[in-house]
Amino acid sequence: MSIETQAPTQPPARVKPGNIQLDPNGKLRHFIAIEGLPKAVLQEILDTADSFANAHDQREKKVEILKGHTIANLFFEPSTRTRTTFELAAKRLSADVLNINISASSSSKGETLLDMLHNLEAMHIDMFVVRHGSSGAAHFIANNVAPHVSVINAGDGSHEHPTQAMLDMYTIRQHKPDFPSLRVAIVGDLMHSRVARSQIHALNTLGVGELRVIAPQTLLPTGIEQMGVQVYQDLEQGIKDVDVIIMLRLQRERMNGAFIPSQGEYFRLYGMTEARLALARPDAIIMHPGPINRGVEMDSAVADGPHSVILEQVSNGISVRMAAMAMAMQSRGEGGAI
Amino acid sequence: MTRLRIHIKGGHLIDPANGVDADSDIWVADGKIVAVGHSPDGFTADQIIDASGKVVCPGLVDLSARTREPGQSDKATIASETRAASRSGITTLVCPPDTNPVIDSTAVVELIHHKARETHCSRLLTLGALTRGLEGETITAMHTMKGAGVVGMSNANQPVRNALVLSRAFEYAATQDLTVFIRPNEPDLSQGGCVHEGPLATRMGLPGIPEAAETVAVAKTLELIEKSGVRAHFSQLSTARAAHMIARARHDGLKVTADVAVHHLYLTEVDIRNFDSACHVLPPLRSEQDRDGLRDCIRNGMIDAICSDHQPHEPDAKQAPFPDTAPGLSGLDTLLPLALRLANERLISLSEAIEVVTHKPASILGLDSGQLAVGSDADVCIFNPTESWFVTTDTLQSNGHNTPFMGWEMHGRATHTLVDGRITFTNQHD
Repeated sequence: MSIETQAPTQPPARVKPGNIQLDPNGKLRHFIAIEGLPKAVLQEILDTADSFANAHDQREKKVEILKGHTIANLFFEPSTRTRTTFELAAKRLSADVLNINISASSSSKGETLLDMLHNLEAMHIDMFVVRHGSSGAAHFIANNVAPHVSVINAGDGSHEHPTQAMLDMYTIRQHKPDFPSLRVAIVGDLMHSRVARSQIHALNTLGVGELRVIAPQTLLPTGIEQMGVQVYQDLEQGIKDVDVIIMLRLQRERMNGAFIPSQGEYFRLYGMTEARLALARPDAIIMHPGPINRGVEMDSAVADGPHSVILEQVSNGISVRMAAMAMAMQSRGEGGAI
Repeated sequence: MTRLRIHIKGGHLIDPANGVDADSDIWVADGKIVAVGHSPDGFTADQIIDASGKVVCPGLVDLSARTREPGQSDKATIASETRAASRSGITTLVCPPDTNPVIDSTAVVELIHHKARETHCSRLLTLGALTRGLEGETITAMHTMKGAGVVGMSNANQPVRNALVLSRAFEYAATQDLTVFIRPNEPDLSQGGCVHEGPLATRMGLPGIPEAAETVAVAKTLELIEKSGVRAHFSQLSTARAAHMIARARHDGLKVTADVAVHHLYLTEVDIRNFDSACHVLPPLRSEQDRDGLRDCIRNGMIDAICSDHQPHEPDAKQAPFPDTAPGLSGLDTLLPLALRLANERLISLSEAIEVVTHKPASILGLDSGQLAVGSDADVCIFNPTESWFVTTDTLQSNGHNTPFMGWEMHGRATHTLVDGRITFTNQHD
């Protein structure tokens, strides 16, 4: 007898194709990551945000789009600004809002994340806005919620922070609407930044002309150039002739010795000053997701100066979050492709 | 359980250690192979196993399998996993010392061996802890544990940070003529990481473990192996570069061997996309170049053996955001078919595929098993090489269903298993 071996079959695709963020009609169902969303959806978010922004200027700021719906802000990491703007956005859409800070309570009692979700679902929550310290958390939650529930990622680990990136796109579009002609630089801690990852995907999807990242090697993750960016380690070279400068926040625990030797040396090499800003285009705008470490990432003169659009970013955050929530809530129940 | 006199009839015998790859019967009595090819005089079989259309080979020897007992019997037990091993054609399992309590005393060694004997399934061998409590500070009573039956020393997945302690542990193991098993990992470089450091980890924002975490540890360990003269085995390599460093050291005369976990020959970092926690393993799934490089090392013999690195978990352990899930996969069920698949894919011959999961790991352990010569222990695996089956929660035998191969079609399945001359598994449907 001779032994016939069998030709191997191809293994099945382990993860079902299809984008869990979109419903079968290509509409936004969950907002978890910029990666994987088509340009049309990003533009729809920006256009919808525009319509809400006009409403802010009126005396009656509320619209009744989400009246009778309940939104839970699930924050596993402390946050003031993001949580507040999400809360305000939900209220302006007339939704009921539940704020749940989970830094200590449930997780220390040994309740699993799934148990907690199912308990909240039993209270008829329609949408979860989630911030979590682990990359992939929003993805995990979206894969495990009931079909009628939508999930919005308010930041997961170092992975993505899509609403922040979209409010940044909105702010850029207000000042410089022609993306293909723009040269954009992102400066600082790209290694740990979920904001930067979302911004890189958004800027590339919207077709920005040139995208640069600027940081010392210790703050640049391996292979970031494969995300479609040009890498600079020298700030002055990197910001030459750019239209938009995005400064990233440097967490305090990363300042002294772990990734950079000191705040002082970081500021000397990568801090934004008026003199350096002069290397960019004369009408360049400077952005920061907040909160700023003055004297570390930038001088106060820059943060409060004429090129800064940092406070506009904050106001725009409300309209953009209203847009994301309204869009996700409108498409749910149409049987998303999980 | 009584030992029967067994005639395994009509099968195709593959016994790589003895160069056999031919249709041949074998005869078993008193736990030993008593004849190959020609019936012994006056042999009357209590049982005849019809192996026609099947391959008869030595039982598989798995160099790394956690049964979770003692300490985590909510995940699996010695009984459940030695039974699953038997049903998958694996007759010998090697248990790393990171049980709870740690295998650093004869009491724990004896407890595990006693429980394993009671199950009457596959053999369960133990590695003793290289340092007390795996804490990397004090060396253990290696001589005493050797007397109790450990087959080698290891610090499991806990690297010994202090090079002086590691050096002395190697010297002491060399004095006791014990093999040390090392899973190379430089802890300061891998700390906090959960996936291969590279463009994909960057995109997903997951903390990476660089290739250097493995290669730096291999370089350091090789120097201390040379200094002490200890016999050493590197477990579960994940990078092609580390495999080449070890092969070079062996070429230069060091007594070193290496294995790879079978999933590293099939999966890569790309399988983690969409945060699939079934693919959360340590060492992490690496690049395509690493996978292909490790396959080359299997083909040219630079890597000696393949193991399952079996780590069963309860479902909850994998139900969380990716970095918060427990690492490790359940591998007993898929070791044989994934080894056979290497032959099916024409990377190596069927005989070589069997050798890397039988004779090669047995000789690393210094065992006489892993072969079917007259007089050797009757640890036998009989499998149907063409039977196709799908990995599903229903077909898995291990308590752990945490496998990234869920849904794959496998070719080759054990139909009978003999351990020490006793039939520990017969496929009832056969």
